[in-house]
Amino acid sequence: MTGLLARLRETARLMVGQPSYEAYLAHMAAHHPERAPMSRTAFFRDREQTRYGGKGGGRCC
Amino acid sequence: MKHIPWIVLAIIAATALFVVASVRGEQISALWIVVAAACSFLLAYRYYALFIGRYVMRLDPARPTPAVYRADGLDYVATDRRVLFGHHFAAIAGAGPLVGPVLAAQMGYLPGTLWIIGGVVLAGAVQDFMVLFISMRRDGRSLGELVRMEMGPVAGTIALVGAFAIMVIILAVLALIVVRALAESPWGMFTVAATVPLAIAMGIYTRWVRPGRIGEVSILGFIGLILAIVYGQSVAQSPVWGPLFTFTPVQLCWILVGYGAVASVLPVWLLLAPRDYLSTFLKIGAILALAVGIVIMAPPLRMPALTQFIHGGGPAWSGALFPFLFITIACGAVSGFHALIASGTTPKLIASERDAPLIGYGAMLMEAAVAIMALVGASILDPGIYFAMNSPAALLGTDPASAAAAVTQMGFPVSPELLVQTAKDVGETSIISRAGGAPTLAVAMAEIFSHVVGGPAMKAFWYHFAILFEALFILTAVDAGTRAGRFMLQDLIGLAVPAFRSTTSHVPGVIATALCVAAWGFFLYQGVTDPLGGVNTLWPVFGISNQMLAAMALMLATVVLFRMKQDRFAWVTMLPTAWLLICTVSAGGLKLFAADPTVSFVAHARKFSEAAARGELLAPAKSMAEMERIIFNDWVDAGLCALFLAVVLSLLVFAVRSCIAARRTDAPSAHEVRPGMVPAE
Repeated sequence: MTGLLARLRETARLMVGQPSYEAYLAHMAAHHPERAPMSRTAFFRDREQTRYGGKGGGRCC
Repeated sequence: MKHIPWIVLAIIAATALFVVASVRGEQISALWIVVAAACSFLLAYRYYALFIGRYVMRLDPARPTPAVYRADGLDYVATDRRVLFGHHFAAIAGAGPLVGPVLAAQMGYLPGTLWIIGGVVLAGAVQDFMVLFISMRRDGRSLGELVRMEMGPVAGTIALVGAFAIMVIILAVLALIVVRALAESPWGMFTVAATVPLAIAMGIYTRWVRPGRIGEVSILGFIGLILAIVYGQSVAQSPVWGPLFTFTPVQLCWILVGYGAVASVLPVWLLLAPRDYLSTFLKIGAILALAVGIVIMAPPLRMPALTQFIHGGGPAWSGALFPFLFITIACGAVSGFHALIASGTTPKLIASERDAPLIGYGAMLMEAAVAIMALVGASILDPGIYFAMNSPAALLGTDPASAAAAVTQMGFPVSPELLVQTAKDVGETSIISRAGGAPTLAVAMAEIFSHVVGGPAMKAFWYHFAILFEALFILTAVDAGTRAGRFMLQDLIGLAVPAFRSTTSHVPGVIATALCVAAWGFFLYQGVTDPLGGVNTLWPVFGISNQMLAAMALMLATVVLFRMKQDRFAWVTMLPTAWLLICTVSAGGLKLFAADPTVSFVAHARKFSEAAARGELLAPAKSMAEMERIIFNDWVDAGLCALFLAVVLSLLVFAVRSCIAARRTDAPSAHEVRPGMVPAE
């Protein structure tokens, strides 16, 4: 049940262009342990800018 | 053995389709259409999508996708396929699949139903799936780059010009729908206007109060929206505030142009992002609610299966069934715009090639289901109401008596009292000549939702809820589209003037934004002042352009199949390409060369030019200056159709040349990007 809710939450967030912060942390820990990862807020703003900044933020009519 | 359930499903689909297609003269339940569509989609997914994946594309689950070999935790993230399905569906489904089918209902429910089902299975979903596949095998690159890689730089540039022109038309037609829905409707205008301060408050909340809390802020915003709808009624009835929110179409046009110009240069977190949360979640919620509502209510279809307008002469849009039905329903059956999405963020998130059929083919089937619901919505209304809402004022006059008489004359008996009562039920002063699809769908949604929740007393609330939901995501699209169009334009002008691409200087950005707004604003103004309602003119141009982009994407897919040495399966993309070329080239040709001035822009311009030369005024023009403007607009529209024809035909030449070249070589020549070719992040 909590798995389903978590997945629904993740789906809703990705619908507005926010990927999983946990997945990002896991990626940074596994591949770039020497670099400090962005904070949750910085990550949110970075993704927000990427989605809506113009390039790539496409959606249909 | 495993096929038995699918055979049962096929029998159900065939029975339902037979009922939908053969019953005449008596009303059938809308569920027949829903069942026919749902069963057909499941079958198509189970057999055709898997066939394409296994034999045509030869998907390889062992091959790393860009999300795996380029993983960076940001743009490239291997994502659960159910989560990604939601992302992709939310990106492709917009106002298009809701509006086109409503307009197509003027020919009856049957032609639209058959085209949506057949079109999506054989063309629309194939296109989305193929473009997703091609991009996924090429590092998740965009459509323009893919065309450049496989068909050469000139073809790539032509495709970009085409995509920009389509963007402009889409923005204009979407804005026009908002104008038609909100004109002279203070209740609707107030609720939509209220979303601007509401979104700004949400933006401030996510910026400084609780950054990143999308769920929280969306719930707060949703409560605000409901309050805006509820208080909208009092505002509309107030003698002070009501007139302040009552605008003519021309005033609304200027408001929208100003809004587009300002909103697209504001920081994204302030207005665009928070409103996108609201519009996205509201859109998904409303679509789900509509599906549930239709199943619970199981309404009868009151529109006939076929109307006399299949031969042309329809009031909502001109032209006969072939080719114009196939461009009127674009999104929902096949939409070229999806090629831009399927080569956007989705291919960078796909975890395994095994997931591609669900995302590429499946999400498009889902959009077709939305289109079917819109068609059902339009068809459960009394046809008299449908035609009173969708015929131009030039045909109906403006008062209920003249409108009822005109619609009855068409063969759809309706009384003036019913028109007045329907308007009163939904809390509006008039429903006559509210073209554009959105108001019609809102009346249908009010009908369905009030049947499930609240009864007739709630109709007005649900009507404005539906208008708000459509206006909200159209405004988001106008804002986001203006930004995307600006970058496209900067790229294109940058080909000639490299300094124009600069992202450090503000000047090119401002110029490109202004050009973009001016471009769609021009077509919007033209549509708003068009006495035939504008939708009549703009929607076919939009449909032609969108289907041409689809044809271009399918040509790219065909070239890739030839380059992969999969010639024997190339019919999968060549058949839909051929059909789209036949429809769009003949529709574009008729818009240029038909003798009938209601169909052809050129014939219309000539008719008005000749009258002007004689010093005569033709209705609706009231002065020589208006005559001149109508003639000028006609030539602009004709020029646009000619441009689209030139773009698609020149790409056809490039595609044929690339296919012949690919056949001459013995080895596969597709430019796939291998994992080792790109350094991992």
